[in-house]
Amino acid sequence: MSLLNTILSGLKEIWAHKFRSLLTMLGIILGVSSLVAMSALVRGMENGTREALVAAGGLEKIRIESQFDLPVYQSHLMDQAQGLTMEDVYALKEGAPLVRIVTPAVEQMRFREPMTVTYKTKSSEPFLVSGTWPDALEVNEHKLAHGRMFGAIDDEKAASVCVIGTGVRDELFGSPEDLGYDVIPLGETINLNGIPFTIIGMFDMYESEKAKKERAFKKANPQLAAASGPTRSRGWGGGKGGHFIFRMKNNTVYIPLNTMLVKFRGLTPGSASATDPGPVRLSNLNMKIPSIDLLEPAVQQVRNVLMMTHKGLEDFTLRTQEDWAEEISVVIKNARLSGIVISGICLLVGGIGIMNIMLASISERVREIGIRKAIGASTLDIFVQIIVESTVISVLGGIAGIGASYALVQIIAMFTPTDNTPVITFSAIGMAFLFSVAVGMLAGLYPAVRASRLHPIQALKYD
Amino acid sequence: MALVELRNVSKIYHLGGETIRALDDVSLDIDGGEFVSVIGPSGSGKSTLMHILGCLDSPTHGTIKLDDRMIHSASSRELAFIRNRKIGFVFQFFNLLPKLTVMQNVELPMIYAGISGRERRERSMAMLKMVDLENRSQHRPSQLSGGQQQRVAIARALVNSPKILFADEPTGNLDSHTGEAILELFRTLSTQGRTIILVTHDPEIAAVTPRRIEIRDGKVARNIDARLAGLDRRPPTAAGDPIQPHG
Repeated sequence: MSLLNTILSGLKEIWAHKFRSLLTMLGIILGVSSLVAMSALVRGMENGTREALVAAGGLEKIRIESQFDLPVYQSHLMDQAQGLTMEDVYALKEGAPLVRIVTPAVEQMRFREPMTVTYKTKSSEPFLVSGTWPDALEVNEHKLAHGRMFGAIDDEKAASVCVIGTGVRDELFGSPEDLGYDVIPLGETINLNGIPFTIIGMFDMYESEKAKKERAFKKANPQLAAASGPTRSRGWGGGKGGHFIFRMKNNTVYIPLNTMLVKFRGLTPGSASATDPGPVRLSNLNMKIPSIDLLEPAVQQVRNVLMMTHKGLEDFTLRTQEDWAEEISVVIKNARLSGIVISGICLLVGGIGIMNIMLASISERVREIGIRKAIGASTLDIFVQIIVESTVISVLGGIAGIGASYALVQIIAMFTPTDNTPVITFSAIGMAFLFSVAVGMLAGLYPAVRASRLHPIQALKYD
Repeated sequence: MALVELRNVSKIYHLGGETIRALDDVSLDIDGGEFVSVIGPSGSGKSTLMHILGCLDSPTHGTIKLDDRMIHSASSRELAFIRNRKIGFVFQFFNLLPKLTVMQNVELPMIYAGISGRERRERSMAMLKMVDLENRSQHRPSQLSGGQQQRVAIARALVNSPKILFADEPTGNLDSHTGEAILELFRTLSTQGRTIILVTHDPEIAAVTPRRIEIRDGKVARNIDARLAGLDRRPPTAAGDPIQPHG
């Protein structure tokens, strides 16, 4: 008996018991749709966190921070530790060929030593004021929306220019949400700790996909989005932008490194004495490597160079985004695992349903099986017939489940229109489909063995 | 050479410690083209004989040769093949599949034989024409009378041109008039040279056939060949004269 005929007769059999078959399929439909929807949600989550990771500089970034506590076995050499200096920058440029860009930075964080920026009557404490080289644009994955980045000449001359993030703009000049239009404050003068700076550039507005959707949603449904009750600030940028990484990134002021050193000498770490300034101490170095595969050797190279310049004193720490990326993948893995377990149980229940109905069906059809055997159906023919029938049920259920998963994702998106966009992937669909086929075959196995083992004479006598 | 050769065939069942010899050392020859009835009271072993001859069951002892093939030791797969190509069954309760149309029922053995759809339709239509049911091909078995259903069953049994046609009480579920018509059909088929083995408990029906094998307690009690005994006017080659029933 050809497979096509068997499948056709299986379809006929299912059509003959429409309602029963539909109920049986329901288990598979639920299992498959939950599998696909789950994986779509996890994929959405993954995309969201990866975005944040890239916003923080991507995996190709290595950051070195000064560390004033030496390891215990070196603590007696504390007074010789001079932290990160420009010497390190030049040494790395020469001695670490795996590193593509090295950028020194003197940074003032809001939570450590806040700096105040003012414009007319408004003031704000940006999350980060960084004195750095123009390369920081690339190393920290910044993009200019308006104006220009300061150049080497601005650095050389210690020019009083700054590039600001949109968060700072929102605080000082008003946000587009409140004003209804975008303020581009190029050429305006703001005061940084009382010293006037000219704005020469403004970064892009950084936000997650989710935040972007949220904004679009608010724009489309202003009455829905209008908050009831008193509004309150939720920190930098009023909670805009989603992940805190984006908010931090928007709340930034960049100035040339030399400007920072010249104008805010008193603030730079470890150089409080005016009479003996000592070497310039940097808060950190940021580096970019050409590819993630080189991360390990590059880190080793950087460590070696710094051990040389620091005379073996470990007064620095190396940070990569790898730990974070690992954490993300652990979270994603767990989410995926729980999704698989839940939908696996759904599919198992569906499979049990199919097996149950196939057993009922063969005990209804003992006589039919006897007749088929008497006119020449072999054991294998009957086995294949039952397996195909149960597989057809589960495949139909699987196809319907994939359709249902689209609806399910739409429904989830309707409840939370601004959350991470679920992404239905082809691999998830393929996997769900294969699972449903496998479940159908496994569920049909036992009934098929039972049916094919029926003795023709007993089956014919059965009423 | 005989079409069917049974040598010392026994079938022994064990039912709760009791040993039942359904067939006890039976030896038989049936030639091609014969019209034979197997007769005996219920429990005599005639059904067991038919099942073994029809490859639905295997004997406990003895050898069976069917169309030059030893079948007493064949695998279930081979037996299925023989049932499909060399044997046709007609049952007392018709045993049509109720969900399929008349046409699909007749096509069924050809599906298992792997015959293409087009040829299946042609051959089953020809078979339905032979039993005068070509205009009922799209009906369900439940829409047909008993006699019509039995004719469909005969069409199905013959569609793969088997060597032997087995009929197990084919008139047992029909009124006498319809039963006559079915027997008439068998007689016609016999004159066309088909080998038919008719299993019945009714001597009147058995009287239709030239040769009668009486089974009693699992043994062949009598093996009467009307032609050889000169009781039948019909020549052994089966020409088609009406048959005088014997008492």
